[in-house]
Amino acid sequence: MSDTNKSAEDGEEEEKTRRDFLFTTTAVVGAVGVAATAWPFIDQMNPAADTLALSSTEVDLEPIEEGQSITVVWRGKPVFIRHRSSEEIEKARADDDANLPHPESDAERAKNPKWLIMVGVCTHLGCIPLGNKSGEIKGEYGGWFCPCHGSHYDMSGRIRKGPAPTNLPVPEYTFLSGSRVKIG
Amino acid sequence: MSTNPSKKFKNPMVNWIEYRLPIFSFLDNSLGSNYPTPKNLNYFWNFGSLAGITLGIMLVSGIVLAMHYTAHVDYAFDSVERIMRDVNYGWLIRYIHMNGGSMFFIVVYIHIFRGLYYGSYHAPRELLWMLGVFILLAMMATAFMGYVLPWGQMSFWGATVITNLFSAIPLVGDAIVTWLWGGFSVDNATLNRFFSLHYLMPFVIVGLVVLHIWALHVHSSNNPIGIDAKTEQDTLPFHPYYTVKDLYGLGVFLICYAFFVFYAPNFFGEPDNYIEANPLVTPAHIVPEWYFLPFYAILRAFTADFFLFAYTPISWIMSAKLAGVIAMFASILLLLLMPWLDGSNVKSSKFRPLYAMFFWIFLLNCVVLGIVGGKPAEGTWLYIGQFTTTYYFAHLLVIVPLVSRLEQPKTPPESISAAVTSTAQG
Ligand code: HEM
Ligand code: FES
Repeated sequence: MSDTNKSAEDGEEEEKTRRDFLFTTTAVVGAVGVAATAWPFIDQMNPAADTLALSSTEVDLEPIEEGQSITVVWRGKPVFIRHRSSEEIEKARADDDANLPHPESDAERAKNPKWLIMVGVCTHLGCIPLGNKSGEIKGEYGGWFCPCHGSHYDMSGRIRKGPAPTNLPVPEYTFLSGSRVKIG
Repeated sequence: MSTNPSKKFKNPMVNWIEYRLPIFSFLDNSLGSNYPTPKNLNYFWNFGSLAGITLGIMLVSGIVLAMHYTAHVDYAFDSVERIMRDVNYGWLIRYIHMNGGSMFFIVVYIHIFRGLYYGSYHAPRELLWMLGVFILLAMMATAFMGYVLPWGQMSFWGATVITNLFSAIPLVGDAIVTWLWGGFSVDNATLNRFFSLHYLMPFVIVGLVVLHIWALHVHSSNNPIGIDAKTEQDTLPFHPYYTVKDLYGLGVFLICYAFFVFYAPNFFGEPDNYIEANPLVTPAHIVPEWYFLPFYAILRAFTADFFLFAYTPISWIMSAKLAGVIAMFASILLLLLMPWLDGSNVKSSKFRPLYAMFFWIFLLNCVVLGIVGGKPAEGTWLYIGQFTTTYYFAHLLVIVPLVSRLEQPKTPPESISAAVTSTAQG
């Protein structure tokens, strides 16, 4: 009570600034608190620890014949592994100088030119391109073809024609001892 | 007209409650004899109540389905098949819910075009209209996530294609997609969150509908001639006149709805959705549910050589993919601006013959967009899609603003009752 009386006597000025200060600091602390609490609720939607733990796959390359491709699953997505023949490698290299929408040389895309390893998910809207199994359409550039909206990929998995903006992505991978490769 | 706060009801029990919680007068003022409604409403005014009832049907059938449904990638498809074969009347409840989604959109689309034709978005009903557009957006989100739940091939690939749209956003696109998925592809985490949100969103819609009806009751309904009720001569009490008319409409609607449920339950569906989701095989044609087709056509119209893209500054700042995504969302969000795009001071198209003609062309254009959305985006279909997409935006951004400001409308009648009596006489 006495407090209120006193401050009223002290004049409005001082009381107002002190209140303003309390008001602003409270609001700032409150806002920081709300933001800090909101983050866990947003971040919980990101991949969980067990999902991240599954993020590498090992593959044995031994049984894949030259000219053959296989599809393995990595992080819930298909990964295309192609054992390329020397003609195929030549063809892919010859196209390095072609008019590429997303320029990348074949050497950048395949560490070991015999093995082309890439994520088999169309960079347009996520369909799985055809061409990894024998008998499937391979598109105008002899590589892969996405039937969803017509994207054509070449022997190096580079986008050549259609709505997809970028080449099929190359995942991180390392060749382990012998014929094994670790993806991720 | 008169709102009597101390209204006395015959039943003493009702009066006892009313005195403590005035719910009976609230109902009477909203749906009863004390809610004056323009007397010239035609059958297009039935679709609001039909939409509300359909929402109720979706809630009841959905909550019952959730009692038997399992949101897990290994069980979802089988649990839906179990609902179809083993759960008592499960087939009926699922078909009610599945076709209810389509019925809901049919009703709401008619409801929206009714508003566009009769100018129901004009002052003072702008917020009422905008709430309606938000309801449409919330319905789309709900239906999209619901369609993922049975975990068929279309569920999976539809979800993949649509969530991938967000990857078009520069810099953060991929992080957003991973966040939406909760993983590196559409998977169990995605299915679970979609189930949670599919359960939540309808209640958000209920909240929006409450606001929508609240705003409606402030200025009451628009009507076919678009001039406000001025005297008691122009109105009828909602009950019994419109309660009966709405019930009659409901009967007709339920007959159509039941026809599909019992005789053509998969008419609106895609056979591919009866194949369990397979992340390694993409179906030959991915098509969304029919009610998304016009928007899907707009999305796909934006290719690198589409003239609206290639020859405009749009191509300097973004990819065709991003432009398509923005155009798709813009096609709905632009509707929010209708009250300001349309500068006419006469609401109803009945008195605006030129505007009415463009309305019908626009409606036809939307139907064509829908047809294109279901075809592969190649050759002639692509060109038709690009033309109709251009026209869609031209209508909203050029034709509506110009025609509404330049056309000299016919003079509407003095009042609703004058219009009614003059047609009755002649
Ligand atoms: C705005 C209202 C709603 C709309 C538009 C809607 C839409 C849909 C759609 C299109 C499907 C896919 C049907 C199919 O192809 O099988 C679906 C499935 C489902 N919905 Fe809803 N829904 C709504 C409300 C609800 C509510 C309130 C619940 C309560 C939890 C619910 C629970 C379910 C369940 C469990 C499924 C999966 C079973 C199935 O596929 O038949 N829905 N919903
Ligand atoms: S998803 Fe491959 S072309 Fe669209």
